[in-house]
Amino acid sequence: MDLLYDIFADPFVQMAGMPDFFVQVLWEGFVTGTLYALIALGFVLIFKASGVFNFAQGIMVVFAALTLVGLYQAGVPALLALVLSLGVMGTLAVSVERLVLRHLVNQPDIILFMATIGLSYFLIGFGEFIFGGETKSMITSELGLPTGSSVVDFAGGIVIFQHIDIAAVVIAGILVTSLALFFSKSRIGRALRAVADDHQAALSVGISLNQIWVIVWFAAGIVALATGIMWGARSDVSFALQIVALKALPVLILGGFTSVPGAIVGGLIIGFGEKIFEVYWGGLLGGGVEGWFAYVIALIFLLFRPQGLFGEKIIERI
Amino acid sequence: MIYRETGQFKTNYKADNSIFPILQDRIAIIFYLFVAFIVIPAFGSDFFINSMMIPFLIFALAAIGLNILTGFTGQISLGTGAFMGVGAYSCYKLVTIFPDTNVIFLIVISGFFSAAIGMVFGLPSLRIKGFYLVVTTLAAQFFLEWCFIRIEWLYNYNTSGAIEVPRREVFNVIVTGPEAAAVTQYLVVLSIVVAMTWIASNLIHGRIGRSWMMIRDMDIAAELMGVRPLYAKLSAFAVSSFYAGVAGAMMVFMWLGAAEVESFDVNHSFLILFMVIIGGLGSIKGSFLGAAFIWMLPVVLRAFPKALGLDVPVATVEHVNFMIIGGLIIFFLIIEPNGLARIWALLKQKLRVWPFPY
Amino acid sequence: MSSDQSTQTADGRTIGGPIMEVKDISLKFGGVTAIKNISFDINEGEIRAIIGPNGAGKTSMLNVINGFYHPQEGQIVFRGEARTAMRPYVAASQGISRTFQNVALFEGMSTLDNIMAGRTLKMKKNFFWQMLRFGPAEVEEFEHRKVVEEIIDFLEIQAIRKTPVGRLPYGLQKRVELGRALAAEPSLLLLDEPMAGMNVEEKEDMSRFILDVNDQFGTTIALIEHDMGVVMDIADRVVVLDYGQKIADGLPAEVQANQDVIDAYLGVAH
Repeated sequence: MDLLYDIFADPFVQMAGMPDFFVQVLWEGFVTGTLYALIALGFVLIFKASGVFNFAQGIMVVFAALTLVGLYQAGVPALLALVLSLGVMGTLAVSVERLVLRHLVNQPDIILFMATIGLSYFLIGFGEFIFGGETKSMITSELGLPTGSSVVDFAGGIVIFQHIDIAAVVIAGILVTSLALFFSKSRIGRALRAVADDHQAALSVGISLNQIWVIVWFAAGIVALATGIMWGARSDVSFALQIVALKALPVLILGGFTSVPGAIVGGLIIGFGEKIFEVYWGGLLGGGVEGWFAYVIALIFLLFRPQGLFGEKIIERI
Repeated sequence: MIYRETGQFKTNYKADNSIFPILQDRIAIIFYLFVAFIVIPAFGSDFFINSMMIPFLIFALAAIGLNILTGFTGQISLGTGAFMGVGAYSCYKLVTIFPDTNVIFLIVISGFFSAAIGMVFGLPSLRIKGFYLVVTTLAAQFFLEWCFIRIEWLYNYNTSGAIEVPRREVFNVIVTGPEAAAVTQYLVVLSIVVAMTWIASNLIHGRIGRSWMMIRDMDIAAELMGVRPLYAKLSAFAVSSFYAGVAGAMMVFMWLGAAEVESFDVNHSFLILFMVIIGGLGSIKGSFLGAAFIWMLPVVLRAFPKALGLDVPVATVEHVNFMIIGGLIIFFLIIEPNGLARIWALLKQKLRVWPFPY
Repeated sequence: MSSDQSTQTADGRTIGGPIMEVKDISLKFGGVTAIKNISFDINEGEIRAIIGPNGAGKTSMLNVINGFYHPQEGQIVFRGEARTAMRPYVAASQGISRTFQNVALFEGMSTLDNIMAGRTLKMKKNFFWQMLRFGPAEVEEFEHRKVVEEIIDFLEIQAIRKTPVGRLPYGLQKRVELGRALAAEPSLLLLDEPMAGMNVEEKEDMSRFILDVNDQFGTTIALIEHDMGVVMDIADRVVVLDYGQKIADGLPAEVQANQDVIDAYLGVAH
């Protein structure tokens, strides 16, 4: 009986008893969820345009942040470092297209997927080789991002909002909106959707596949840089973050591989879910459940709805 | 000129079906076994045996396991590290509970535990394919890692959280623990690896291996030919995890001597996957080549600057190692998706018809 | 199945009673109806053709017969046993074998292994023997190898025995696929456009193999084909589908003269 109480009643009693703390947990979950959604978004961009399951997206986040901080430490002014980092992500996009994708056209998806695993190993080695393997801190204030926090009185207690978190949510919102506009309104956006539908057909109406790939990888690189800055400001910049970045995968399972709204909703579900589960139920299991909660949710979800929340049902043909 | 099959006629199916149909290949295998069982134990230094041969054989076994799942059945897994962990922890518990039982026997038995766990996490593969499966195997990886930390019973409530291998003797020879001789451990590992390689090869060349490959190549057609996806996929998961489990148990008991959760993390899953890709998907020989390559490469890289008289920090070598492995993965996928094993086969084909190009 | 229903054809083959009856099958995908209320039967030992314009539901019909699609309505009676939904491997174990419109061979395997794959259901030795290989499992392997070699001889593909099928030209791939289906020793063989994309010579070869299979092994064959000349030559009876409905059923000559069929092929407005 005690166990049943601990599982089914006690967490809710705690939530109701300390609403300020509950709101704090929700806010933390929301911010984490936003960042998961951003990683997943970069991933969806590439998958939609090229059908490549880019395992390296999480690594690109860390790599971008590492480049930014590394340049600053080398004496480059913060804003110039930001511009240069964008340039590095652009170069990366071009190199990936030239050196990897171009040679793997028409290979099975699985081969492309494994190539991106190779790419992530290369980026880890390369990033640490150039900028050193030690943990770094993000240059938050140098970039003009807010630091500090606001304390809000709520339901007889307090809730703390870190300013950088608020900035993260706002920037994520702007990024998603502008990408959505870019891809639905611009000529390139239409071309991209054409490529996503059918490579051959897109080629036949004169769309350059190579150009599209560079553009989406660059867009994913920009998203990665933004995510890297936000995430780096919340913790440290090191490749240990890659384990966190892998959580974009369960987010994608929930949201579907091709849906931008799906990535956002999926990210938020995972973000909220794992924080709430960790805080209110994790104790029963000895804590540390954040490491696997997202995956197990995705696994259970897969069994019932393999196409994701927003994906279309797949009809197999022979 | 020497590598020829001219004049070697096959007059029955047995000869035609044998795994090494060409006489020279059979001689080569006997030669390899001779070197492995006689020459290396007699002349190999402890360092060579302990830090090169034993880990190479153990990783090769894990790579065969993953190759059965990924290369032969077409199901990608990033949970190999955790399945190795299941083998290691079950072996540790078995040795604690049955202190007087032959430890080599227990190592093999612990494979069954990881086979069972592997089957449980293989269940989703019946409904989902490809990338989606990657996520379920990652779920296995992270969930099991968590279990290795949180379930204290698994490591007998040691405050360090680590499992330490006790001293065990088999027929009055010390096999495990700090006092065990490297050569003894090497011979045990070698025997298990050779036996399990032989079994894997048998399975692959028979009905069961064929049904795995049918699922890999065209799962719908396989089902219409009478292969039950449930049996084929779960048996691949079971056999694959069994191999990973035995490899994990040997890794701790025959090589590391002690281990904690870091020995079974996701990076090990990647490492084994790389061995399989570089060696060749769907090739047992490739699993050995890949394991040798990935394991020996850092050793060579570390020795290289020293040989040139340069003083390069260890960390830098580590980073370069990552870059080279990552680059090589991409290189191999572009140049030869079938890996070292395919390159080896092409060389042999050239040799067979030499000096004529066709 | 009772012998009183059996008849002799002009070329001396025996055709028995219905081995399979398709009864009122309807199949929908979401809101789209692929097959609407179709019934027909297949007699033991005959060559039954299913024809119709593109999108008529022919392949869907085969998919229903061997359990890949599950129809919403109707049932299928095979050798006296009725069923509505089953898994494809159950259909396979009952003796239904097939080839595919787009070749569906196991590309990573050799011709020999592909045809051996067709023997999967006939091989019984368990995991333990498979592990050891020598002994019973090996004996079994060679017994089946013998059968497979006979099929290889029959289809005249000895030279490509050890070639990975991915490297074979299309016509040969189709032949290997037929071999794989035959290896299962089916009592009903479904062929989905066995001659699609072939030149005249290859079509003649394939027609000869189909007739030989039917003649020598007495295998019942249901085939989908677009080449009317071929259908008229080799089929005993023809069923015509259009827009998921059956519009004609009978002897080749009758069907050829049927006004609905002519309309369907020439495209009269519905």
